[in-house]
Amino acid sequence: MFSKILIANRGEIACRIIRTARRLGVRTVAVYSDADAAALHVELADEAFRIGHAAASESYLSIDRILAAAERSGAQAIHPGYGFLSENAEFAEAVEAAGLVFIGPSPSAIRAMGLKDAAKALMEQSGVPVVPGYHGDNQDTEFLATQADEIGYPVLIKARAGGGGKGMRRVDQPSDFAASLAAAQREGMAAFGDGTVLIEKYLLQPRHIEIQVFGDRHGNVVHLFERDCSLQRRHQKVIEEAPAPGMTAEMRRAMGDAAVRAARAIDYCGAGTVEFIADVSSGLWPDKFFFMEMNTRLQVEHPVTEAITGVDLVEWQLRVASGEPLPMKQSDLSIEGWAFEARVYAEDPARSFLPSTGTLSHLAFPSNGVRVDSGVRQGGRVSTYYDPMIAKLIVHGPTRTAALAQLTAALDGSHIGGVANNLDFLSRLSRQQDFAFGYPDTGLIDREVENLTMAETPTDTVIALAAVFSLNALSTPEAGDPWTSLGHWQLWGQATRTTVLDRAGDHHVIRVAARGHDLFAVHVGGRVIPVRIGSRFEGGCHAEVEGRQARVEVLERLHGLTLIVDGKTHDFHLPDPLDAIAAAEAGSDRLVAPMPGLIKLVRVREGDTVAKGDALIVMEAMKMELTLSATRDGIVESLYVAEGDQTSEGTVLLALKTESA
Amino acid sequence: MTVLKSQISTSSEAFRANSAAMAEQMRAVEDAALLAAGGGGEVARERHVSRGKMLPRDRVAQLIDPATPFLEVGLTAAHGLYNSEAPAAGLITGIGRVSGRDCMIVCNDATVKGGTYYPMTVKKHLRAQEIAAENNLPCLYLVDSGGANLPNQDEVFPDREHFGRIFYNQANMSAAGIPQIAVVMGSCTAGGAYVPAMSDEAIIVEGQGTIFLAGPPLVRAATGEVVSSEDLGGGDVHTRLSGVADHLARDDAHALALARRAVANLNRPRITTVERQPSEEPAYDPDDIPGIVPADLRTPYDIREVIARIVDGSRLDEFKARYGTTLVCGFAHVHGIPVGIIANTGVLFSESALKGAHFVELCSQRKIPLVFLQNITGFMVGRKYETEGIAKHGAKLVTAVATTSVPKITMLVGGSFGAGNYGMGGRAFSPRFLWTWPNSRISVMGGEQAAGVLATVRGEALKRAGTPWSEDDEAKFKKPVLDLFETQSHPLYASARLWDDGIIDPRKSRDVLALSLSVALNAPIGDTRFGLFRM
Repeated sequence: MFSKILIANRGEIACRIIRTARRLGVRTVAVYSDADAAALHVELADEAFRIGHAAASESYLSIDRILAAAERSGAQAIHPGYGFLSENAEFAEAVEAAGLVFIGPSPSAIRAMGLKDAAKALMEQSGVPVVPGYHGDNQDTEFLATQADEIGYPVLIKARAGGGGKGMRRVDQPSDFAASLAAAQREGMAAFGDGTVLIEKYLLQPRHIEIQVFGDRHGNVVHLFERDCSLQRRHQKVIEEAPAPGMTAEMRRAMGDAAVRAARAIDYCGAGTVEFIADVSSGLWPDKFFFMEMNTRLQVEHPVTEAITGVDLVEWQLRVASGEPLPMKQSDLSIEGWAFEARVYAEDPARSFLPSTGTLSHLAFPSNGVRVDSGVRQGGRVSTYYDPMIAKLIVHGPTRTAALAQLTAALDGSHIGGVANNLDFLSRLSRQQDFAFGYPDTGLIDREVENLTMAETPTDTVIALAAVFSLNALSTPEAGDPWTSLGHWQLWGQATRTTVLDRAGDHHVIRVAARGHDLFAVHVGGRVIPVRIGSRFEGGCHAEVEGRQARVEVLERLHGLTLIVDGKTHDFHLPDPLDAIAAAEAGSDRLVAPMPGLIKLVRVREGDTVAKGDALIVMEAMKMELTLSATRDGIVESLYVAEGDQTSEGTVLLALKTESA
Repeated sequence: MTVLKSQISTSSEAFRANSAAMAEQMRAVEDAALLAAGGGGEVARERHVSRGKMLPRDRVAQLIDPATPFLEVGLTAAHGLYNSEAPAAGLITGIGRVSGRDCMIVCNDATVKGGTYYPMTVKKHLRAQEIAAENNLPCLYLVDSGGANLPNQDEVFPDREHFGRIFYNQANMSAAGIPQIAVVMGSCTAGGAYVPAMSDEAIIVEGQGTIFLAGPPLVRAATGEVVSSEDLGGGDVHTRLSGVADHLARDDAHALALARRAVANLNRPRITTVERQPSEEPAYDPDDIPGIVPADLRTPYDIREVIARIVDGSRLDEFKARYGTTLVCGFAHVHGIPVGIIANTGVLFSESALKGAHFVELCSQRKIPLVFLQNITGFMVGRKYETEGIAKHGAKLVTAVATTSVPKITMLVGGSFGAGNYGMGGRAFSPRFLWTWPNSRISVMGGEQAAGVLATVRGEALKRAGTPWSEDDEAKFKKPVLDLFETQSHPLYASARLWDDGIIDPRKSRDVLALSLSVALNAPIGDTRFGLFRM
């Protein structure tokens, strides 16, 4: 076994590798970019080396710098994690050339699987099923029709140069083939200048099922069963599980054998994953799965396999890389229970899953029975430089139903404040009917995306609570200072305040009247909602809203408020009138000459609609050309100068008005 | 310290009757308060809001720190005056915390006759400035006013305590290091233009605030120049060209945020003037107060029952408890602030006056603020008392109260008649704040006594003339006098004329005292130099 390894990665996977290494008594070396100087993986590792700027190309993708760090640290081997350089054959070669061990397969194995078409051909030769189809050059209509008959309907005609659905035709019966072919060729020609097509079996209801394989340097290859990763969005896996629902022993054997064959075909050593696509339009059948590709690294979703097999895959990687034989034979391996993994991302499902960045003002995951693989912590930042993954939640239960219930509970028990995240989306997905009944497929999320991402309008109750807490209701008074301890107070009547809350594009202006100490009447949606603040605890309180008790955690931050009401997280923005951008709008109705000069060019006329930043007037002053731009969107209401005019400093040149006015 | 022991039974018939009577008195005040808070009424308010302006009370609420009180001064000013067309005298004044500092807020209500100044508006504005000057409070003027109310110009413009005094005060407060900040949220015409111009820092709302010595109509009449009010004195002109204002705000909310920022930049460290303790609730519920106070002012009651519901832990360390027993003097804390309490529990005798003067001396020496709980029919009368020199003994108390340097807070909890008013920190003796209860009555003497005096004089004159004067005649004669005194001694009549700073809910007495004391402690307490005590 190695005594010291370097991990050429960051985030949760670096942390996860460090954990196993530490357990095995292997010292760890982290590398980090400037953006990660204070990251968790850096803190956890025994040593850490800076490898460059924040951009991955200048740090985590820099082979030279990583090797330099390895040399300085004296590490014997490099674990590439996933992503970054993990499937880069040159990197593997360079590591070996430097006299270090690459914890992964050989460069030739990486190369063999790196070229997808060549890999498919190789697999076909090795007896691994691939999606039936014709990819040849013969474009004769008769010939192609025969090929389609052989493949079996329905088939898909694709423009070879195609993409984005253009030049793609699904054909359900032979009589439609000729017309569809002509259309696909036409579209291909029009869109890409190439009418060449290929024909493939059309999979009506595809599922993504992959097999974890493992090889060693002694010629042993085993598989650790399957994972179902059918829940995907734009080819990104969202929730993975193992084993696959509906999997029969016969099919598992067939897939396992195929995967082992694939690994053997390239002399595979280490952890790898063979991805298959299965057509489940009539259930899972041993003759209806096809090779897609092989990933020559540890997968993001490896923990579900670890959960059901009890194997630590990183431990196996380290053992195999250090020359040991595989610790177990195929016959020793078995499946225990069911596991799920959900990937928690900083992304906003309500805004087409746009990645979000910011500071994780609050981060809490359930601790009982849930494996949380995360590379960030509360107070950390999600930056734009890397993958916005926050954590993976992995649950393991005796049955699928039990494990799925645990997953939902784990998601609902997780709270993230400060950045938009997909917890709600994952929670809803975990309760989606088809999935719950064990029928996931790769199209499920797309079909259900509306239900899954529907921006949850906060209930009036939540808005009422947010309004109350935005007004400092939980502030701690200064001792002996009635001006803070009395709270909202006035001589007669109810002290009424207005608060502004922004959430997911909704702008709420709420009036809150103080009816007494800790008792408020909140005007929301045409109703008056009474809120009573009850017993307080560190970071929150119990509150009674319309006669119902709720436990509320209140997390305040600059211009923001996060509430966790009965376990659900709600983020609100509290707009600041002094916000620089908003403040800049004052006085922006008029364009003013900043110094005396000559009007050279007037680019607009009265009545023109202009956008913020548009060049409006060019003037010459002090031998310099000055371009004066619109400070906001609007309409040119009046133009006070013409080209050639001399102006003095402070002269109003132009006035804007807002479009509605 | 000694914990007071209440003798009150909250289930007694008297308690219920007293509560009901106080509730009746409070209802009248509540109605008046509601009317005052409503400003110029629904139509005017809607018109105001439709112009994108915040209502004046919303402006004040937005200006002060969230979850902090607003101690309003003169809420029911001008109540029943000027045909009731100037609720709250068209001005909101009061103390609020802004960016952590106690500030005096003066906010015009443009929904009331365009925010123009009636005589009571001027008086209220000046009172607010007086409070600011005495208590060292930065002033925030939220200006939205058309200037002097022209039909009343004779009572608004010319005299010493009229409109010009506002600017005199601004200049002198600024000179004294008390910040003056103006937020121009509407018109600021003629004399009003000097409010921002005389301020240390001024903010103006774009497209809404205007400052000029003469508005467009007057300019046109005078010089023929035709100009829009925005071009004549709008925010753009004043922040870009004239420099009359310093900051241009996008809207009301922005302007108020800028004002808060200005206060945050004042650099005014808080001073420590007294030894504060952690606050402690009274052992007896302040909500019981209405049941304690007898429905009839003439019925005596033990003021300690009220004190027990005002001070921390209901603890009062009495001074000279066995001497001059009609005046209760003692040390206590309110919300952790040490106070010397002087409270009437009967007519003032010579001993009571001497005791009171002594206690004022003590508090002055120790720099402990004074709280007067005033329920006084006056000094004892009669030959015995005049002979023993009650006038000079009373004068000692009055001298002590008049010349002490410690802050005084006065609360009228019952009657305020005659010279008793002087000895107990009446308005003329410049307490920092003077608050009244809805059951209080104030006049030079009781209505009965006044009618009696007048009837006696009249009766004797008639007797000399030989004209018959029946009891019926006497009753008829007394009736209008009684009615007049009844009307004029009512707290709403008093408060309308700003003889006090406001009528309060007796149950909130403790809070009002604490807030007032805390405000008063913003100014350092100087050494006292008493006047001569006639011996």
